[in-house]
Amino acid sequence: MALPSYASPFERFWYYAFRVICALIFFFLMAPILIMIPLSFNAEPYFTFSQKMLTLNPEGYSLRWYAELFSSDSWMRSIRNSFLIGIASTVLATTLGTLAALGLSRAHMPFKGLIMGILISPMVVPLIISAAGMFFFFSSINLAQTFLGVVLAHTALGTPFVVITVTATLVGFDHTLTRAAAGLGAPPTTVFRRVTMPLILPGVISGALFAFITSFDEIVIVLFIAGVEQRTIPREMWSGIREQISPTILAAATILVMISVALLTVVELLRRRSERLRGIAPR
Amino acid sequence: MDDQTTSSGLVTADGQPLKRSLQRAERTRKLTALALVGPLLAFLLVIFIFPIGQMMWRSVDNPQIVNAIPRTLEALQEWDGEGLPDEPVYAALAEDMRADAELPRREQWMGRMGVRLNYELSGARGAIARTSRAVDEFEPPFKEAFLDAHRNWGNPELWQILEREGRPLTASYYVAALDREYDSEGKIVLRDENRRIYVSLFGRTLALSGIILFLTFALGFPIAFYMSTLPMRYANLLMICVLLPFWTSLLVRTTSWIVLLQQQGVINNAAVAMNFISDDQRYSLMYNMQGTIIAMTHILLPFMVLPLYSVMKNIPPSYMRAAKSLGAKPWTAFRRVYFPLTLPGIGAGGVLVFIISIGYYITPALVGGQSGRMISNEIARHMQQSLNWGLAAALGSMLLVGVLILYWAYNRLVGADSLKLG
Amino acid sequence: MKTRTMTALGAAAAIMAVGGVVKADDPVNMTVVSWGGAYTESQQRAYHDPYMEANPHVTIINDDGSANALAGLRAQAQAGNVTWDLVDMLPSDAQLACDEGIIMPIDHDAMLAPAPDGTPASEDFLPGSLGECFIPQIVYSTVLTVNHEQFPDDKQPTTIEHLFDVENYPGRRALQDRPGTNLEWALYADGVPIEDIYDVLATPEGVDRAFAKLDTIKEHIVFWTEGAQAPQLLADGEVAFATGYNGRMFAASEVEGQPFDIIWDGQIVEWDGWVVPADGENVDQVMDYLYFATDTQRLADQAKYISYGPARASSAPLVSTHADLGIEMGPHMPTNPDNYYAPIVLNNDFWADYGDELRERFANWMLQ
Repeated sequence: MALPSYASPFERFWYYAFRVICALIFFFLMAPILIMIPLSFNAEPYFTFSQKMLTLNPEGYSLRWYAELFSSDSWMRSIRNSFLIGIASTVLATTLGTLAALGLSRAHMPFKGLIMGILISPMVVPLIISAAGMFFFFSSINLAQTFLGVVLAHTALGTPFVVITVTATLVGFDHTLTRAAAGLGAPPTTVFRRVTMPLILPGVISGALFAFITSFDEIVIVLFIAGVEQRTIPREMWSGIREQISPTILAAATILVMISVALLTVVELLRRRSERLRGIAPR
Repeated sequence: MDDQTTSSGLVTADGQPLKRSLQRAERTRKLTALALVGPLLAFLLVIFIFPIGQMMWRSVDNPQIVNAIPRTLEALQEWDGEGLPDEPVYAALAEDMRADAELPRREQWMGRMGVRLNYELSGARGAIARTSRAVDEFEPPFKEAFLDAHRNWGNPELWQILEREGRPLTASYYVAALDREYDSEGKIVLRDENRRIYVSLFGRTLALSGIILFLTFALGFPIAFYMSTLPMRYANLLMICVLLPFWTSLLVRTTSWIVLLQQQGVINNAAVAMNFISDDQRYSLMYNMQGTIIAMTHILLPFMVLPLYSVMKNIPPSYMRAAKSLGAKPWTAFRRVYFPLTLPGIGAGGVLVFIISIGYYITPALVGGQSGRMISNEIARHMQQSLNWGLAAALGSMLLVGVLILYWAYNRLVGADSLKLG
Repeated sequence: MKTRTMTALGAAAAIMAVGGVVKADDPVNMTVVSWGGAYTESQQRAYHDPYMEANPHVTIINDDGSANALAGLRAQAQAGNVTWDLVDMLPSDAQLACDEGIIMPIDHDAMLAPAPDGTPASEDFLPGSLGECFIPQIVYSTVLTVNHEQFPDDKQPTTIEHLFDVENYPGRRALQDRPGTNLEWALYADGVPIEDIYDVLATPEGVDRAFAKLDTIKEHIVFWTEGAQAPQLLADGEVAFATGYNGRMFAASEVEGQPFDIIWDGQIVEWDGWVVPADGENVDQVMDYLYFATDTQRLADQAKYISYGPARASSAPLVSTHADLGIEMGPHMPTNPDNYYAPIVLNNDFWADYGDELRERFANWMLQ
């Protein structure tokens, strides 16, 4: 949308003003996330840039908050818990979700609308309501304050993402391929392993990543059903924000941003690969 | 339309009528599909749907009084509802209380009844706790003994409540959740002005969600439009600015807004350093409504941009050119041609943002202060602090129904299947 | 009454048998629920660390859930899945939990250590502090604290009245999100003598008067929920005044060097202590821990780390200097005569009777 040479002065003004506005909005999106990265290297226990930091004096910077983070038992425990719970619930959610998506994509699925509604519901119901429901239910069956309880809850929250992403890759799925393989004598497991799986793999992986980040980022359910031994990183940050708000939280936050960048990159690469495989050429 | 008649005569190689064979194949496929979906469906029904149903049940469940004072309730049937009941009712109550005290402590109902009654009448718990400690020493006439033990036993209102709530189901949590109460004749009336909170809190939640919806639209539309006009390469680059916040932990984003907004925070310090304001005039940006609005707009903006962008990307630029070449001014072309085409994206993003924001809990709890509280925070308070689980369930059920209606509308509008991620 | 004696006897017998029941090499994880922040820190150093050193098989895990302790206890009892071993809570909530049977009745003399001179525990703990299910640890007070950098030197706030004087002492105020303390101060600042506060508050006119007084500063209030938030808000400059627990304010001003001044005028004094959830897994170990952690020396030790008064009379003479700073702790104790000039003793009977009504009205008032 280059500016044509015959543009009026007003159009000229609007052309540049619009770009400035957009730049400001992008700044609004990114600044809060980027700002805490330098602040996490603050040598002082404050949340603002010290004079030394602004003049780029090396004395203004230090790794003390990272040292504090990695030497704190409770932070280390929460990091371990977050990965443990995240990975366990991702494996469960991905398995259940992929199977369900395969079933849903079949033309002969009865009650499709109703079933889809139920499968998507964990994404739609406000978390506070899910948390309240699970708090009572898990308490009554001895799952509250256990790892299994948190893993099951996070699995439930993660499955809609797997269902949606895998279903999306199946939209362009050519069912004659599996029929051809079966017709050539391949048993169903082989068909799945050699034909279906490679084609839906990008969807499965990006669904799994969504499920992982959902669990990794989840706090409301953890607040209600997790005990002190199941504390995750967001739960630790929650306590930190409400109590001793020190730059250690910023160090943890910076690490989380790095993890998000890594996950985002993987998802982007997968999306492109999937589009290429399914013959949807990027414009 | 007559393939039925034609096919009924056909048979497969093994001699089966084709129709039956096809039906069987159809049934097998249906079963396979169900078997694939089954595990997840069963899992969600048990782990997710059932608990929510159970929680909603709590909003009408009312076992405390029925279990605590069965004899009293029976004796109360004779009562005309005027003034105080007669001696037999008080005697039955004494008997109920003594029987309850015989039970193991964990199975006693009297304490739970006290808590339950207190939701209806403040001070009722005190009356029950104090009386049940003294009831062993009571001697007839019981009516006098009870009236001596606590003033509330002489309060006809308490007896009306016992009669009204002495049944296994109740509507009173919903009555309270709608800022209403029962008057002395048992009619549902509006509460005193200084005790009406939930309706206005629902209103505030809707208003805040509306403001956030508007802001995400106002900020999301221009950048989605701009990205859609760029070549794919640049658009993908800018897309990272939208996706990174989307993938970044909610707690991280809330923390960074605390860093920015607090009085000694980056924004205030910058404003002081640039002499916009003096040191003692720092803005109060946090622990109030602004805090909630700013942080939530940032957090929800990607949910508006992503659907908008995917719609705009697919609007051929030739439409605008055609409109202009037919003589439309740029603004008219935009308003009459382009904008209507983006409506599905606006609808999808808008409903998404609105659904998420009316159920939001974490950000208002951390940066919202008192004026930035939303209905979820009140549900959490009743769950964890005031422990009025019935009221929490009633408020939660109302919120849930609201969200489901919105989701249904969203589904009609764009279809849940079209939900795009990332 | 019968059950209570039986339980007490049973528990006492269990303590005798501790050596035999709990094998020294069986690892035990004990979850102790407390208030977090500087307070948990003081318990860690005064009680947990020495206890774990003497009992290497025990690991104590801190949970800062005391603000929602009653909810947690109820949920765990209802589920029959008690994961908390020991809970630090306020006597008023402890009485409720006790009435509901979800925490254990305590026979103080049988379960707790006598004073060094042999005085039984029930006589050694300060009068009025013991509860049916409650073992007091400390006497603490809620005090008004100011960030003195927010006021000119010649105009520093010094009384509760100044909290309600927005004109002369501007700035936001951080108050706790519950009626207790706030209503008492509103009346005190409105001129009600301390000894009449609860009588006035028992009348509807008195309650209206307290809320009317609070109305005058309402738009300047930031509410806090958990004890650690108050000094944080004050240190960040979000507020100029904060009400808070005196021990946390002490930790912030003396240990962290924050520019805080504590105003002892109208300090509101209360107990805090332990309760034992019924049906916990490690009850024997917990009783062994409590015998140790509530003895005369240990209670005096806690005062080395935080400025709360020990709940045993015999501990008072043993209170010495701060463990890290070396300053005398006496002058920072709420019960020090220099600080105890206008104390309001929190009336738990009053709050048991009127608490629900006032809590509801306060919650509504906050939301409006």
